[in-house]
Amino acid sequence: MKRTLENIENQFETFQILNEDGEIINEDLMPDLSDDELKELMHRMVYTRILDQRSIALNRQGRLGFYAPTAGQEASQLGTHYALEKEDFILPAYRDVPQLIWHGLPLYQAFLFSRGHYHGNQMPEGVNALSPQIIIGAQYTQAAGVALGMKRRGKKSVAITYTGDGGTSQGDFYEGINFAGAYQAPAIFVVQNNQFAISVPVEQQTAAKTLAQKAVAAGIEGIQVDGMDVLAVYAATKEARQRAVDGEGPTLIETLTYRYGPHTMAGDDPTRYRTENMDNEWEKRDPLVRFRSFLEKKGLWSEEEENKVIEQAKEEIKAAIKKADEQPKQKVTDLIKNMYEELPSHLEEQLEEYSEKESK
Amino acid sequence: MAQMTMIQAITDALRTELKNDENVLVYGEDVGKNGGVFRATEGLQDEFGEERVFDTPLAESGIGGLSIGLALQGYRPVPEIQFFGFVYEAMDAINGQMARMRYRSGGTKGQPVTIRSPFGGGVHTPELHADSLEGLIAQQPGMKVVIPSTPYDAKGLLISSIRDNDPVVFLEHMKLYRSFRGEVPEEEYTIDLGKAEVKREGSDVTLIAYGAMVHSSLKAAEELEKDGIQAEVIDLRTIMPIDIDTILESVKKTNRVVVVQEAQRQAGMASHIIAEIQERAILHLEAPVLRVAAPDTVYAFSQAEEVWLPNYNDIIERVNQVVNF
Repeated sequence: MKRTLENIENQFETFQILNEDGEIINEDLMPDLSDDELKELMHRMVYTRILDQRSIALNRQGRLGFYAPTAGQEASQLGTHYALEKEDFILPAYRDVPQLIWHGLPLYQAFLFSRGHYHGNQMPEGVNALSPQIIIGAQYTQAAGVALGMKRRGKKSVAITYTGDGGTSQGDFYEGINFAGAYQAPAIFVVQNNQFAISVPVEQQTAAKTLAQKAVAAGIEGIQVDGMDVLAVYAATKEARQRAVDGEGPTLIETLTYRYGPHTMAGDDPTRYRTENMDNEWEKRDPLVRFRSFLEKKGLWSEEEENKVIEQAKEEIKAAIKKADEQPKQKVTDLIKNMYEELPSHLEEQLEEYSEKESK
Repeated sequence: MAQMTMIQAITDALRTELKNDENVLVYGEDVGKNGGVFRATEGLQDEFGEERVFDTPLAESGIGGLSIGLALQGYRPVPEIQFFGFVYEAMDAINGQMARMRYRSGGTKGQPVTIRSPFGGGVHTPELHADSLEGLIAQQPGMKVVIPSTPYDAKGLLISSIRDNDPVVFLEHMKLYRSFRGEVPEEEYTIDLGKAEVKREGSDVTLIAYGAMVHSSLKAAEELEKDGIQAEVIDLRTIMPIDIDTILESVKKTNRVVVVQEAQRQAGMASHIIAEIQERAILHLEAPVLRVAAPDTVYAFSQAEEVWLPNYNDIIERVNQVVNF
C-alpha cells in the first residue's frame, strides 16, 4: 500500500520556473510573454498588494466591512487570472476579489461587496463572473455546470473557480471535480493552499501529501505549482486552459502559497496558530520580491515604475471609496424587487407596505 | 383529450417543453436511457438525444450545482432528485444558492430551474423516500413550491414551472403517479403558479389540502354529505406562494376551516395557512381553524403507514369538531 501511495505522490512534484532569487530554473517551460505583458503582470501584483494594505486600513477605520486579506497570494490569484480570456467565467471564493477586479468589476463595486450593498454584486454587462462565494465548495459544483454549459454551446472558453486548502475537505469540492471529469467539461479548479484554514493547518485537513493528487479521485489532470512564482502559476493555468478548450477536460491546480495577514478582518489573530519562523520563511518567498528581481535583471522594472503603480493604486482606491460612499442607501423595496422576476402576491403586499414607510 | 395517469401527464409536459425550447435540459440519476425510476422520462432521450436528456453521477449536491451553472449559461434546467428525502444532500444548492441568485446578483442573474422530485406515503417505500419536506423549501425566500394532485394539473403546472424564470421545486406524490387516469388535453396549456382551485364546492366548511390529501379530502367530503355537511375542498396546487384570495373567499362563505396535510404537524404548510387566515379573516370564523396532520415522529416504518398517515376518517373527525364547536 505504501508503495502505491509513494508512486502517486511522486507524480505531483512542485512545478516551478522562477526561484526565490528571481532566476529562471526551468527555461524550457518559460511561458511566451512579451516584455509588456511581464510588466503588466508586475503592475497588477503591486497594485493588488497596495489594494490589500489599503483595504485593511479602510476596514480598521470602519470604511469597509467583510474583508479577507490577499497579501502573499498575488502570484496565485493574478497569475491564474492572467492566463484567462474575457469570455472565461470566474466563480470566486470570498478571498478572490482581485481576480474579479482584473476581470472587469469596478473597484467601487468591490468595496460595496465588502460593505454589504447589492450593487456591489451587479456584474457589469460582459463581466463573466459571480460575486464571491461564501459557502466553501459551492462554487466548485457550479463551475462544473458553467463549464458543461460552455461545452454544450460550443464555446471556446472555460470556467475557473477557486477554493482554499480547507475547502478540499468539502463534499462539493469532490463532486465538482468529479462531475466536470465525467462530462469532460472545460473547467479549471484552483486550490490555493495557503497552509491554513483559519487556524487549522493543512496537515489536519487530510493525510494526503499534496492536494493536487485529489484530482486522481476524479480521474482528471492535477498539478502542484509554486504559488509564489507567478510565471509557474501562469504557465500551468495557460496549459490547463488550452487542454480545456481543446475538449480534453478539466484540471486541478494546487498553488502553494501563503497569506501574510489574518484569515479575515473579523477578529482572527494568526499569532495564535502561526510561528514567527513560519511567517519569515514564507516572506522570503514573496512573489513580488522574486518577480521584481527577475524583471530588474532584465531591465524591465525600476523603483520609479513601482512607485508610479503605487501612487496610481492609492488614487484609484480613494476615488473608488468616494464613489462607494455616494451610492444610494439600500431600501427594503429594492431588496423585495430583486427577489423574483414577477413578484408573488405576498411580496406585492410587502412592497406596498414598505413603499408607504419609505415615502414618509 | 386523452386519458392519462399523472406520470404520463408529466412525461407529456416534459416532452412539450423539450420540443418548445432548445434550452430545456432534463437530467438526473437514471433519467436517460432508463427513462427514470418511475418512467417519468421514458422515451425522452431517444426522442431528443443525449445532449438534452442525460444521466448524472450519483450526487444530489452536484446535480444542484450543475443546474446553477447550466442556468448561468442560459439553459433552462429540469433536474430530478430521485426521492425528495435525498434533498438534504442538495439543500445548499437549492435554498442556499439558486433561491438567492437573483437577489444576490442585484437582479442581474436568474435561475430558471425546475427541480422535479417524487415524495409521499402509502406505497411502502423504504426509509427516507416518502417524507413530506415541502415545508423546508417553502420557508426559503426565492423558491416556489408546486404540488399537483391530478394529471391535468400536473401537466399545466409543470409547463408553467419550466417556463418560470425563478426556481421551482415540483413535487410529485408517488401514490398519485398511477392511481387513476384523468382527462388531459394533448396540446400545450399552462396553469398559473400560485393559483389554487376549488375542487368541490360547499357551504358549511372549507377543507384546504394539497397532494394526496386532496383526494382524502374529497372522499371525506362525500361521506360528510351523507350527514348533511357540505364541505368545500380547495386544492392549493402551489404551496409557495399560497393563493390567499381563493382561501379567504371560501372562508368568508363557510366560516369554518380545516387544513389538511400529510406532513407532520410541526412540518408542512398548515401552520402558515392558519396564521394567514386568523390575521385576515378572524371575524368570519365560527370556530378555530383545525389541522389534520401526521404525528410529530419520524416518517413511519413502512408497515406502520396505515396507522400513521392522515386519512379521510381523520378529516371527518376534525370537520365534526369545527362544525360542533
